[in-house]
Amino acid sequence: MKTRLRKWRLISLFAIMTLILAGCGEAKLSALKPAGEVAQKQFDLMVLSTLIMVVVIIVVVILFVIAIVRFRRKDGDDSIPKQVEGSHKLEVIWTTIPILLLIIMAIPVVTYTFELADTSAMEVKDKDGKTKDAVVINVRANLYWWEFEYPDYGIFTSQDLVVPTDEKVYFNLKASDVKHSFWVPAAGGKMDTNVDGVNQMYLVFDSKKSNEAQNLFYGKCAELCGPSHALMDFKVVTKSKDDFNSWVTSMQTVAKEPKVAEGELAKQGQEIFNKSCIGCHAVSTSGNGAGMGPNLSNFGERERIAGFLDHTEENLKKWIKNPDDYKPGNTMAGKYGKLTDEQIDALAEYLLNLKVEGSKHID
Amino acid sequence: MSTYAKKQGFGATLWDFMTTVDHKKIAILYLISGGLFFILGGLEAMFIRIQLAVPDNNFMSAGTFNEMITMHGTTMIFLAAMPILLGIMNAVMPLQIGARDVAFPFLNSLGFWLFFFGGVVLNLSWFMGGAPDAGWTSYASLSIHSQGHGVDFYVLGLQISGFGTLIAGINFLVTIINMRTPGMTYMRMPMFTWTTFVVSALILFAFPPLTVGLTLMLFDRMFGANFFDAAAGGNTIIWEHLFWIFGHPEVYILILPAFGIFSEILATFSRKRLFGYSSMVFATVLIGFLGFMVWAHHMFTVGLGPIANAIFAVATMAIAVPTGIKIFNWIFTMWGGSVRFTVPMLYAVSFIPSFTMGGVTGIMLAAAPADYQYHDSYFVVAHFHYVIVGGVVLGILAGITYYWPKIFGTMLNETLGKFTFWFFLIGFHLTFFIQHFLGLWGMPRRVFTYLPGQGWETSNLVSTAGAIFMAVGVIILLINIIITSVKNVRVGNDPWEDGRTLEWSIPSPPPFYNFKQLPLARGLDAYWIEKMEGKKEMTPAEPLGDIHMPNGSIIPICITIGLFVASFGALYNMDADKTWTVPVIIIGLLITFGSMLIRSIKDDHGFHIHKEDLMDDKDKEVKA
Repeated sequence: MKTRLRKWRLISLFAIMTLILAGCGEAKLSALKPAGEVAQKQFDLMVLSTLIMVVVIIVVVILFVIAIVRFRRKDGDDSIPKQVEGSHKLEVIWTTIPILLLIIMAIPVVTYTFELADTSAMEVKDKDGKTKDAVVINVRANLYWWEFEYPDYGIFTSQDLVVPTDEKVYFNLKASDVKHSFWVPAAGGKMDTNVDGVNQMYLVFDSKKSNEAQNLFYGKCAELCGPSHALMDFKVVTKSKDDFNSWVTSMQTVAKEPKVAEGELAKQGQEIFNKSCIGCHAVSTSGNGAGMGPNLSNFGERERIAGFLDHTEENLKKWIKNPDDYKPGNTMAGKYGKLTDEQIDALAEYLLNLKVEGSKHID
Repeated sequence: MSTYAKKQGFGATLWDFMTTVDHKKIAILYLISGGLFFILGGLEAMFIRIQLAVPDNNFMSAGTFNEMITMHGTTMIFLAAMPILLGIMNAVMPLQIGARDVAFPFLNSLGFWLFFFGGVVLNLSWFMGGAPDAGWTSYASLSIHSQGHGVDFYVLGLQISGFGTLIAGINFLVTIINMRTPGMTYMRMPMFTWTTFVVSALILFAFPPLTVGLTLMLFDRMFGANFFDAAAGGNTIIWEHLFWIFGHPEVYILILPAFGIFSEILATFSRKRLFGYSSMVFATVLIGFLGFMVWAHHMFTVGLGPIANAIFAVATMAIAVPTGIKIFNWIFTMWGGSVRFTVPMLYAVSFIPSFTMGGVTGIMLAAAPADYQYHDSYFVVAHFHYVIVGGVVLGILAGITYYWPKIFGTMLNETLGKFTFWFFLIGFHLTFFIQHFLGLWGMPRRVFTYLPGQGWETSNLVSTAGAIFMAVGVIILLINIIITSVKNVRVGNDPWEDGRTLEWSIPSPPPFYNFKQLPLARGLDAYWIEKMEGKKEMTPAEPLGDIHMPNGSIIPICITIGLFVASFGALYNMDADKTWTVPVIIIGLLITFGSMLIRSIKDDHGFHIHKEDLMDDKDKEVKA
């Protein structure tokens, strides 16, 4: 009886271990595949707390199994067991040991809480008022889309967050309508974007881990924000420091000389855009216009349409035609009247050619 | 009114239940309505799992899904779990302390009807323009932004049912303090009574912050106040604080009675007194106290700063210590005992490892920096379902099966009960264990769908399969209840044979006055002590005499209906085109305050059961 039980326990333990080892999720969005310092620290804490807790569970389960196996009532057994009041010795043991275990856990918890909240590098400014040694990105969350501003470089983008690898990237987080939450699971835990004030945090993207994830991480909104909460995704594109700098330069160049559409169709598209869309969407990297919709200045190089649809012309047309079919509750639907199919074709042509880096777009 | 009549028509029974102030009948009302809401919440859960079974599903729209999750959470917490527990408390606690009723029978009835009509208001939203859709937490920026009247239903429904709960809490506190039978000192009270006592204190302190929060939100939505409008100088974080100052103790309000139920069951079916009774009492009180010190662990990602996060992280971990004490005490109650595996005992036994799982993930969540990853992901969903289903719902199922004979005078079928147990337990682990991993793999909670290619497909399908198992378990339970009620085989005082506390010393169901003579409690497990000395009954603590009983009253329903009517006026008041709203509010409040006035000026002294009647009907069984 007992050996059978022990064997059974061993098997279940193995089953759980395989599950854990096999199931670490996808490198692009799993907290179990940490892609940088922040996620690594959080992962270490998870492992530490899981180990302690597994010890607790094993102790409980062993005592539990013995208790229910050994002390079953036999048929016809009418004896009255001894009425034990308690045991001071046992009670001291199971009060003290948990306290010790918790102290072991509490020390790294408190240390990391302070370490991860250390964003003091954001405050160090040079004489032009720019952040001295750190990349700072202002994140503004809106009903189902994300805006990313690089205040020190004077550029705006949206939906695709571009970050350099192997350094701390600092974020100012806020929301413009309702509360959202900024989460890149592979790179580190989330922080809320409040409507009341700015939150600050940092993340690190390791270059090696980024390569494993094809330099593309998934970002999520983690706070219920309305019908399309589930679709409020964004992408994080990681670049080496040099590539990042050259991306910044090309973004800044476009900011100085906004692109003029090339080709007949694209020109038509630009006209329509300037009539129907420009009220909400900026196409210059230097500003966010009225801030009502995502900045589209490098739209042709984005990873997704509307943050989650595959980046194809067809999807773009469908999206423009009826955004509510794809992101219910979005603020774009109904703002630009009815467009004909020809107009949408032109618009799509124009938008897909909005690029800042030439032909570097990865599909 | 007395319930001497043996056979009543349906109308008479209905009237009897509408006017009753008897704690046992109010318990049945709580159980029936809580059960109905539990089925509603369960259906909502099934719809949620169907929608999430496969990626990109369009079983329901995004908006409907948000209404589903909001109503599932709100219904299960406020309208199912809490009322069912209040029902069990009502049925059992007065019997356990040897009382003839609760301290304020009239208020007891009022509390029930307020809860019930509050729940009806909330659920009518489905048919009146859409249910609330801002989550059961109803965070302010989203709930203020939410279109339609859904959130107004949430605010008013919870406000009304919240009053009911508060009244019930105060009533139980007064009852336990004042109405214990001679010899029943605090440290002789059964564990379930202790947890009822602590929970009532928690209700007393936890519900006012919710009331305040709901009132502020009502003002924001009805009158355009700006408490939660950041653009106008308000602050949404205040709602989060108010909600969680209520919300965290709320989970202890749910789990402590379950702890009490398990303590009773484990002792009974191990034929052994509860191990470490005094440390269990101490742990309960400590959990109740610490429960108020940790609310901000729901807000680690809000940006409160490292000092607040560190303090609340450590405080949260501290709760593990008293909870651990309890787990070990339960195991050692069985240790050396004579354990019989009845259905209630199966629930109690399976609860220990299931709840331990939920407890340890709770500690993991308390580690603030790691929580930045877990927060608002499916890990949290897994955690709180492990605590609430693995703790509270197993507790409810255990409590219902255990006390069924005491409440209804007949035993649920054990075989069917075991089927329910296994389906439910396996389904529960199948549904929620995998969700820990979904969360760590990056799946946020409250998503109405997910795209393929993120590694979440199989796990979600497994989770949905588990939910079907749980549903089968519940359906078997319903069949069991129907069969049992139809067969209606009557049972004696102590149908489980190993009862230890006072409720098992009187008939099942007890007569409406409970105890002919108040019993003398000579120690912990008062009835067990008498049994061990070979006695069949309790030693009376008073001579046979007249018993004073309260009259039934229809006024509690009238008070509640007034509020019910007024709430619809308040709901639609903000619509400019509806001019009937103010009169409706006034009419509703007139009914409410008029009923209160009648109650205040009309003397109702109740009635006496005369000594002679008690002697004549020695073996009288009163139909509940």
